[in-house]
Amino acid sequence: MKIVVCMKPVPSSEARINIASDGRSIDPTDVEMVANPYDEYAVEEALRIKEARGEGEVIVLTVAAEAARSEIRKCLAMGVDRGVIVQDPALLGGDGIGTARVLAAVIRELEPELVLCGKLSIDVESDVVGIALAEYLDWPHVSLATKIEWPDGKMAKVQREIEGGAEIVEVSLPAVVTAEKGLNEPRYASLKGIMAAKRKPIEAVTPSVDAGQVGAAGAGVEIVAMNPPPARGGGKKFEGEIEEVVPQVVELLKSEAKIL
Amino acid sequence: MAGRVLVFAEQRDGQCRKSVFEALGLAAQLGDEVHALLVGDAVASQAAELGAHGAQTVHTVEDERLARYWNEGYAAALAAAIDTVQPDLVLLIATVMGKDLLARVAARRNLAALTDCITLTENEGTFEAVKSMYGGKIFATIRAKRTPAIASLRPSAYPVPERQEAQPTVQALAVDLPAEQRARVVEVRKKEEGQIDVQEAEVIVSGGRGIKDPKNFEMIAGLAQVFGAAVGASRAAVDAGWIDHSHQVGQTGKTVSPKLYVAVGISGAIQHLAGMRTSQCILAINKDPDAPIFSIADYGIVGDLFKVVPALVAEVKKVQA
Repeated sequence: MKIVVCMKPVPSSEARINIASDGRSIDPTDVEMVANPYDEYAVEEALRIKEARGEGEVIVLTVAAEAARSEIRKCLAMGVDRGVIVQDPALLGGDGIGTARVLAAVIRELEPELVLCGKLSIDVESDVVGIALAEYLDWPHVSLATKIEWPDGKMAKVQREIEGGAEIVEVSLPAVVTAEKGLNEPRYASLKGIMAAKRKPIEAVTPSVDAGQVGAAGAGVEIVAMNPPPARGGGKKFEGEIEEVVPQVVELLKSEAKIL
Repeated sequence: MAGRVLVFAEQRDGQCRKSVFEALGLAAQLGDEVHALLVGDAVASQAAELGAHGAQTVHTVEDERLARYWNEGYAAALAAAIDTVQPDLVLLIATVMGKDLLARVAARRNLAALTDCITLTENEGTFEAVKSMYGGKIFATIRAKRTPAIASLRPSAYPVPERQEAQPTVQALAVDLPAEQRARVVEVRKKEEGQIDVQEAEVIVSGGRGIKDPKNFEMIAGLAQVFGAAVGASRAAVDAGWIDHSHQVGQTGKTVSPKLYVAVGISGAIQHLAGMRTSQCILAINKDPDAPIFSIADYGIVGDLFKVVPALVAEVKKVQA
């Protein structure tokens, strides 16, 4: 099976995020970039599907600036066969819907049977790309997958997390499935994998899309300001005997915080 | 702006979510014409409740294939309602269903998409939202560059409006549903009775690495029970395999804003703090007086959590009695 995994480089979840001087973007200085963690689950799942079948191809696809090649290379080191990158400035800087249009244009050419994405990217959290991509491909989708099974090899049986439980969804191929944490535990690249990755191809492509619908020009939404979260100072800290401290805190929860 | 707002009235098992009423309240602030859309199987009985919370017109799409969430069927229904109502704004709740549906329909109708909004306002015909980014490390203001816009509202971000004596106009909407169910829900598994979801909880009690052993989540659950709270967890506890990921609070888990957040044995990694710092009140219990969690806690107890938690359970019970 040919599988495309969409991957976005994002600041690590451990990174401290500072706002740039324009007040509407982040300062990239000293920010460690990683493959979006949810996209890593998608990469791992694609590799497991290929390994279980003993055949197929896994392609990682990124819409991002040139620097993204290092995150693509890490995916290749995990075992992905090749990378495809869209780095035309006119196609970048859009919103999630525009990104989905660009991805769809590339994926139509690649003709995979399955596309795996992370459920969202942990940077701007637009939370629309994978599903909007399915819409533009006119494919079905299942979001938030925590388990993917293949009862007959063709149709996928996907478990997805919902509030207070789970849904089991049967989906025909081709399809887009988005990965939730819990789907799998991504592997670390082996030394052999890292060496092999150096020889694997990363191809830059420029898909043909309607320029008015993608990039900054075509975006339906724009960030006008970024602010740090509302300030919150430390409150009262109690270090005394538990028998004395606990009743004091519970009294404050009741009288001051009005919770009990 | 004299505008038209269409609210997707999410229901499961024939029951509308409370947050749908929150959305109706906001819709009445933003527009002078409030429409609601009910999609499901035999759900029209919910229309009266929607009317009592501000929906002037309720459009219904009923079909037995819509009894459970079917993303392409629901998307067809919402797209048809948009074509009929011609709203300036489409409003959903940022739930699993709302997020899923928003993305499909925003793509299909090329709408400006504002997701997981903490606030949503309108200024001279332009919609603006504040939303959390980078797992809560940034609060961004996002502007819709065109209308109609489609937005999902974070649950509990707005109050439920007061009930009013009002009968909505109910209109059945004819929709051409896709012939084939390419993605079909074949089973719904519910968690054990009595378990509260972290994103719907007013109080959350979370455990971290400091609780040392997965079986000590029973102690966390015991404290959660006296507060009527959901059980949360830090990433360290989830990654150690102590508890299911659905409990994780933080950047790769849930971002939460409960009335009370109790952090037990959680030191306070940056990605965890980002996910819970907008809680109304934070109580932290940790043996390390320098733990970062204390820098944002309203109340901090420095001590052995294995002694503090049982004492807290007993004291809260005493106060409640």
